[in-house]
Amino acid sequence: MSAGNFNNTNAPTRPWFERLDRIDRRWIFLLMFLAVSGPILWIGVTGKTLPEAPTLAARAVFQEIDHLPARSLVLISFDYDPASAGELQPMATSLVRQCAAKNLRMVFIALWPLGNQVAQQTIQDVIRDDYPALKEGDDFVNMGYQAGNEAVMKLLLTDFAKAFPKDSRGEATSNIPMLKDVKMVSQFPLLISISAGYPGSKEWVQYVISAKNEEMNFVTGCTGVSAPQLYPYFPQQIAGLLGAIKGAAEYESMVNASLAVDGVATAPKYLQAQRRMGPQLVAHLLMVGLIIVGNVIFFARKRRGAA
Amino acid sequence: MTRQGKTWLIIGAIFVALLIARGMIGQGLGRVYVKRTQVTVTVPDTAAVNSAAVGVASASTSASTTVASAQVAAPSSATDSSTSASTSASTTVASAQATAPSITSTSSASGTTMSWQEWKQVPPLEFDAAQKVNAAQTEISLSWPRTIGLWLAAFFTLAIFSFLYADNPFYKIAESLVVGVSAAYWGVIGFWDTLVPKMLGALTPGLVKSLVQPSLVAPETLQQISMVFALILGVMMLWRLLPRGGWISAWPLAFIVGVTAGLKIVSHVESDLMAQAVATMKPLVVSVPDASGVTNMWDSWWASVANMLLVVGVICCLTYFFFSVQHKGVVGGAARVGIWYLMITFGAAFGFTVMGRIALLAARVEFLFDDWLWLIDPNHFRGL
Repeated sequence: MSAGNFNNTNAPTRPWFERLDRIDRRWIFLLMFLAVSGPILWIGVTGKTLPEAPTLAARAVFQEIDHLPARSLVLISFDYDPASAGELQPMATSLVRQCAAKNLRMVFIALWPLGNQVAQQTIQDVIRDDYPALKEGDDFVNMGYQAGNEAVMKLLLTDFAKAFPKDSRGEATSNIPMLKDVKMVSQFPLLISISAGYPGSKEWVQYVISAKNEEMNFVTGCTGVSAPQLYPYFPQQIAGLLGAIKGAAEYESMVNASLAVDGVATAPKYLQAQRRMGPQLVAHLLMVGLIIVGNVIFFARKRRGAA
Repeated sequence: MTRQGKTWLIIGAIFVALLIARGMIGQGLGRVYVKRTQVTVTVPDTAAVNSAAVGVASASTSASTTVASAQVAAPSSATDSSTSASTSASTTVASAQATAPSITSTSSASGTTMSWQEWKQVPPLEFDAAQKVNAAQTEISLSWPRTIGLWLAAFFTLAIFSFLYADNPFYKIAESLVVGVSAAYWGVIGFWDTLVPKMLGALTPGLVKSLVQPSLVAPETLQQISMVFALILGVMMLWRLLPRGGWISAWPLAFIVGVTAGLKIVSHVESDLMAQAVATMKPLVVSVPDASGVTNMWDSWWASVANMLLVVGVICCLTYFFFSVQHKGVVGGAARVGIWYLMITFGAAFGFTVMGRIALLAARVEFLFDDWLWLIDPNHFRGL
């Protein structure tokens, strides 16, 4: 071992880009935590949210529901579980709220086991708390979870009661007043799926909408991971699409604006998605910054290597 | 003690100190208060009472707790006389029994009246106000089960996050728990939502109805026959676990492959090939009229550009994946444009994924700051 190794002052100093390249990744995690938690604290204390400009796909979801005549039947499929609730619950809340405000008759189903519980919670938070006049069985019904994935969808095309023989209370489908005349899924003018993956929006398009595209419309809200797979279906097969929390925030702002009452502030539970856009903004800026820094390091190393 | 051990100790000590400090400031943190309410439901006819008795007997196995709250919030649906009320009432009672053992039942000429207690979460301020009025009140109280649940949720959230620093025993515990609970949960779901109602319910409907699922809808004869077929296939599938005759399991596997392929091919051709091909056939020049019927040049220009980008993108991406011709000249240029389209698509997919993950992280951080640490109150629940 040479003497130089014991003398740090003589050791060659690394260039700045190499020091940055070797930075402990835990500093990045800490930066990301601060980027997310800072806006949450700020928005939590001030109550302020960022303005949203709805895009075409989100506007289409709003309009599809808005154009339905009162008392129309809407099938809402909860194809997610609490693991994805951070992304999907805000859009589920707003979708049910708009349907309830429009006096549409809502039929909730779940193709994910925990979708039933999430649907029940949404019914409690929106319908029972804010629209208590709506009566279960006449204005809305939760049919619960049904195992079978695509098989359930295929069965819905021919026999609704066979796919869902009873609701989540145990009431036989034939005894539910609002479903008395419903034989098959195409009798619902609008199908809504809030989807976190398989089975979900893609399967609804493949097994139901492609077969009944002329008779019923389909709108969906999905996670960020699955949104790129669904955009090719918009607008021909999916009439409206809420992609991730951004889509939820856009749609939420539209529903809030349409249901706003002068002098009455929107209830905080209907601002979930817009609140979460604050951390999104700062975290995305951090990500963009990190990508730029990464590229600068790459080109700096390349240039040094070439020299 | 190793350096890493010392680091963990220091982080843990600082964290606990901050937690204690937070607990001593203002309203404190991490408590759940509940208000007790009495719920009463009247079942009008005797048939419903009998049905309810069956429901109560099976409550421990069905345990659909969410149903209770659904019915309880609108008890009128059970009291409004209708023929369908009996089934609803039986389910309500079954669920109520599973959550509240203090259910009472009294019979009268008008029917059977049942009542039980429910606990709804209330803000801490409501508890403080009730205590000021009457210190001995028991209507609103601290819920230890829910408070412990809240702290466990916070602990496991932090335990999972701790992996970002380094692997550690807390993370291992949380990870093992997730795996164990998930496996057990899927086992229970498979048993109660598939095997019991679909298989046993079709083969022995009377037994299933009387023992475990009183609301089971009687199957049709065809369904019963098809389930015999399914049972035979299931047994054949399990044959591979036996030391001899493992080849028998290939038959049900072939059945599954055949049915799945049949379903997928038809749906994919319809929705992903035909419908997508139709969606790509768009006019390259579009005229978008405004409200007065006159062509809006700006909108028309954008719509035309959008359609051109779509058509060019599809052709170029297809060219990139067309390997029968060497990628040179015009074909090579188109393939290169195709690569650009693909890169943009991957970038968009990455952006969406980042957005999704940050949304999930934000939801967990919000839980820690709001429900656990009481640092913020975005839903105005605690009146901060």
